[in-house]
Amino acid sequence: MNNTGEFLLEARNITKVFGALRANDDVTLSLKPGEIHALLGENGAGKSTLVKVIYGSLQPTSGELYWKGRRVIVPNPAAARELGIGMVFQHFSLFDSLTVTENIALALPSDEKIEGMARRIEKVSDDYGLPLRPDALVVDLSVGERQRIEIVRCLLQEPHLLVMDEPTAVLTPQEADQLFVTLERLASEGCGVLYISHRLEEVKRLCHDATILRHGKLVSRVDPQQETAASLAALMVGTEVAAVRADKEAAPGAPLLELNDLSTQTDDPFGVSLKNINLSVRAGEIVAVAGVAGNGQGEFFGALSGEVISTNKDAVKFGGAASGREDITQRRRRGAAFVPEERIGHGAIPNFTLSENVVLTHHAVSEAVVRKGLINSDGAQNVSSNVIELFDVRKGTPDPEAQSLSGGNLQKFVVGREIALQPKVLVVNQPTWGVDAGATALIRQALIDLARSGSAVLVISQDLDEIFEVADRIAVISRGELSEVYLSEELNLEQIGLLMAGAHEKGTNAGAA
Amino acid sequence: MMIVLEKRSAQSQAMIWLSPVVALSITVVIGGFIFAGLGLDPIKALYIYFVEPVTSLWSIEELIVKAAPLILIGTGLAVCYTANVWNIGAEGQLTIGALFGSAIPIYFTTWQSPVVLILMLLMGVLGGALFGAIPALLKSRFGANEILTSLMLVYVAQLLLDWVIRGPWKDPKGFNFPQSVSFEGWQLLPLLGEGRVHIGAIFALVAALLLWMMMGRSLRGFEIRVIGSSPRAGAFGGFAQKRVIWTCFLLSGALAGLAGICEVAGPSGQLQPVISPGYGFTAIIVAFLGRLNPIGVIFAGILLAISYLGGEAAQVELGISDRMAQVFQGMLLFLILACETLIHYRIKVAPGFGAAKEA
Repeated sequence: MNNTGEFLLEARNITKVFGALRANDDVTLSLKPGEIHALLGENGAGKSTLVKVIYGSLQPTSGELYWKGRRVIVPNPAAARELGIGMVFQHFSLFDSLTVTENIALALPSDEKIEGMARRIEKVSDDYGLPLRPDALVVDLSVGERQRIEIVRCLLQEPHLLVMDEPTAVLTPQEADQLFVTLERLASEGCGVLYISHRLEEVKRLCHDATILRHGKLVSRVDPQQETAASLAALMVGTEVAAVRADKEAAPGAPLLELNDLSTQTDDPFGVSLKNINLSVRAGEIVAVAGVAGNGQGEFFGALSGEVISTNKDAVKFGGAASGREDITQRRRRGAAFVPEERIGHGAIPNFTLSENVVLTHHAVSEAVVRKGLINSDGAQNVSSNVIELFDVRKGTPDPEAQSLSGGNLQKFVVGREIALQPKVLVVNQPTWGVDAGATALIRQALIDLARSGSAVLVISQDLDEIFEVADRIAVISRGELSEVYLSEELNLEQIGLLMAGAHEKGTNAGAA
Repeated sequence: MMIVLEKRSAQSQAMIWLSPVVALSITVVIGGFIFAGLGLDPIKALYIYFVEPVTSLWSIEELIVKAAPLILIGTGLAVCYTANVWNIGAEGQLTIGALFGSAIPIYFTTWQSPVVLILMLLMGVLGGALFGAIPALLKSRFGANEILTSLMLVYVAQLLLDWVIRGPWKDPKGFNFPQSVSFEGWQLLPLLGEGRVHIGAIFALVAALLLWMMMGRSLRGFEIRVIGSSPRAGAFGGFAQKRVIWTCFLLSGALAGLAGICEVAGPSGQLQPVISPGYGFTAIIVAFLGRLNPIGVIFAGILLAISYLGGEAAQVELGISDRMAQVFQGMLLFLILACETLIHYRIKVAPGFGAAKEA
C-alpha cells in the first residue's frame, strides 16, 4: 500500500478485545487532511473504543495506526497530543471556580506565563469565531461557552486532527450552528475532524464521509450527502427504524399532576432555584419541558419526585392530593413514577442485579415484590423478565448487574421498570439521552402509549426532536423559571430557541450574581 | 513495561472467595520472614501460631470462647461497613455494655434468679446501643465524622471503666485490687459442657444467622446495602441515609454491648480494668476478612481467635512478645484490603509510558 501518504490518519484492522467482548473487530478508518469525518453507531457499537485507541487511552489488541503515512504506536494521550491529535470530550473536566485561562493553563504542559496565554487565547478564539473572555470564571459560563474552552485548549496546541465526541448534545440550536462554522473553518485550513454524533441531520449537514460501526464491526463507509437520515439510521441499527406513531388525537382528561407556585431554594452555590412554577398535566397527554442543560431540570425533577420536599403541601398535587410535603415513597403510593436523568447511580444501582433494581422502586407499591418487610426475589425476577422482554433489553446473563448493560439497554430497563407499575403520573428526565436510535424509538413509543392509556406524562428533555415527536404541549425552563405552556403545533424551532435563551424570564433578579 | 490494573467488566466470582485466601497466604509468608529475622525457625513458629491452637480439646474450647465475641461484634460491624457507616468504636461499646450489665450484680449482690441474667444481658445490649447512639447522633445531626467520634469514645469508655473499678464499684473485700465483686450463680452465663465455653457462642451464631437473613432477604437489609453502595439511588428508592446510620450504630453497638456483658459474666466473672484483649478492634478485621458477609464472619472470627491463641502460645514457647499477634492482625487487614482490588481489577503487564514512536 503506497497510497497511505495522502491520509492524515489511518487505523487499519483495529481489534480490541475486553474479556469475551470484541469491542472493535477488524475496524478500519481513514481520514484525509481537511476532512470532517463522521463516526456513527449505536451505543455500544464501539465508537468510544476506537477513539480511545486513536487517542492512546487504550492499546489495540491487534491492528495498526498510521499517522501521515508512518506507522505509529500511541502509548498514552500525551503522546497523541504531541503527534497533533486533540480531543474534545462529551463531559468537560473544568474547574468551576477558576478562570478560562487558568483552566487552560492547567491542561497544557507548558511553563507559559498566564498573561501571554490569555493573549493567545483571545487571538485563537477571535480567529475561529469562538468568543471567550479569558478572565471569566467558568462557573458563570454556559455549557456552550465551556465547550469552547475545551476547543480552544485543543486549538492552542495547533492540532492536525480534532476528535469531537457528541459535541452538540449539550448545545442550543444557535450554539450548534456557531460550532459548525468553526469546524468548517478548521477543515478549510487542513485540519481533520473526527466527528462522533447520534444526530444524523447534523452529520448530513457537516460531513462528507462517514464510517459506520455496528456491534464493533465496520458496517459501511458512506457519503452522508448521498444518504437520507433514515437510511443512515438503518445502517446503524441494522434494520429500518420504526417511526414513532403519535396520533395527536389526545383527548386530555382531568389534571393528574398539578404544580402551584412551586419554588425551591438551592443550597448548592452552583445549583438553580426554581421560581414559581405552575403547570398542569392531564390524563392522556404528554407535556414536555424543554431547556438547555443546567437550567434547573435536575432541581425540577427532584422537587417533583419528592427527593427534595417542598415547604408548601399544595405546591405539588398528584391526582388532586396535596403531596408537596410527601416523600418519594408516599408520592409513589399516589400512583406516581419517576425516571431520573442519570441511569447509573441514580435510577439504578450499578453493582446490583436488574431484579434488585426492580426492588429499588417497586418496594413500596408492589406486594409481589416486597411483603411484610421481606423481599420476594421470585416476584422481582418476574417483573424484571417481563420488562426485559417487553422492552427488548439485551444482556449477557439472566440477571446481570446493571452496570454491565450498555446505556441504551439500561435506559430501556429503567423506563420499562416504571411503566410496569402502570403509573397514573410518569415524570421522565432526559428519557433518551445518549441512547441509540433503536432504543430511542422504543422508549418514545412507550411514553406515548402510556399517555394514550390514560396516564399523565411529563418529559423533561434537551432534545428538541424528541420533544416535537412526543409532546402534546411544550413549556421551556430557563434559569429555574418555566415559560407558558404552548400546544406543540404552535411552536417552531426558532421560538423555542428564544425561550431557551430566557425570553420569558420575569424577575430582574433572575440572573443570580 | 509496567504493571497495570485493568478493570474487569464484572466482579470476579472466583476472586470474591479467593481474595481473603490470597491475603492470608501472603500474611503467613511475610510472617515466616519476620520469624526468620528474629532468629526463629519460621516453620516451627508458624506451626505454633496457626496449627497448634486447634490440636487439643482445651485449645479448641478456648478458641470458641475467643471467637464468640469476635463474631458477635464482627457481624454488627459487617452491617455497618456494608452501609458505609464506619463504626470504629466497638471496643468502647463493648466496655459500656459490660458496665451497664454489671450494674445489676454489683447493686443487687445477693439477688439470685434467672431474671438477673436476662436483665444483665438486656442492660448490656442497651448500654452498647446507647454508646453507639452518640456517634450516630453526631453524624446524622451535625455531620461529624463517625470514624473520629466513635474511636475517641473508646477512650472515654475505658477511662470510665477504670474510674468505677477503682472507685465506687470496687469490691470492698477485694484487698484494694481494682476489681468488682465476683459474680455468682445466675449472675454468670450458663456453661456449655464441662469447660469454659458459655452460651455466648450460641448468641454469636444466632446473631450471625439472623443478620445474614436480614441482609439477604429483608427490605431493611436491602436499604442498608443500597445506601452503602449508592446513596443517591437509595434516596431515589425512598431510603433515608440517616435512618441507616442510626440502624447500623444501634445494631452494632447493641451486639458489641452484648459481647461485653458476655465477657464479664463469662470468662472473667467480675469487672476488671481490662475486659477484652481488643476484641472490638480485631472485629474490624473479622468483618473485612469475612467479606462483610455474616456467614463469612463466623469463619473469620474463628481464624482471628486462632491468632490470639497462637500469640499466647508463642509467648510461652518461643518467648516473643504477644504483640506479635497484633502485628499479624494488622498485616492481615492491610492485605485483605489490598487483595479486594483483585475482585474488580486484573493485573496486567503493559507497555510503559513514553512518547509516540514509530514501529
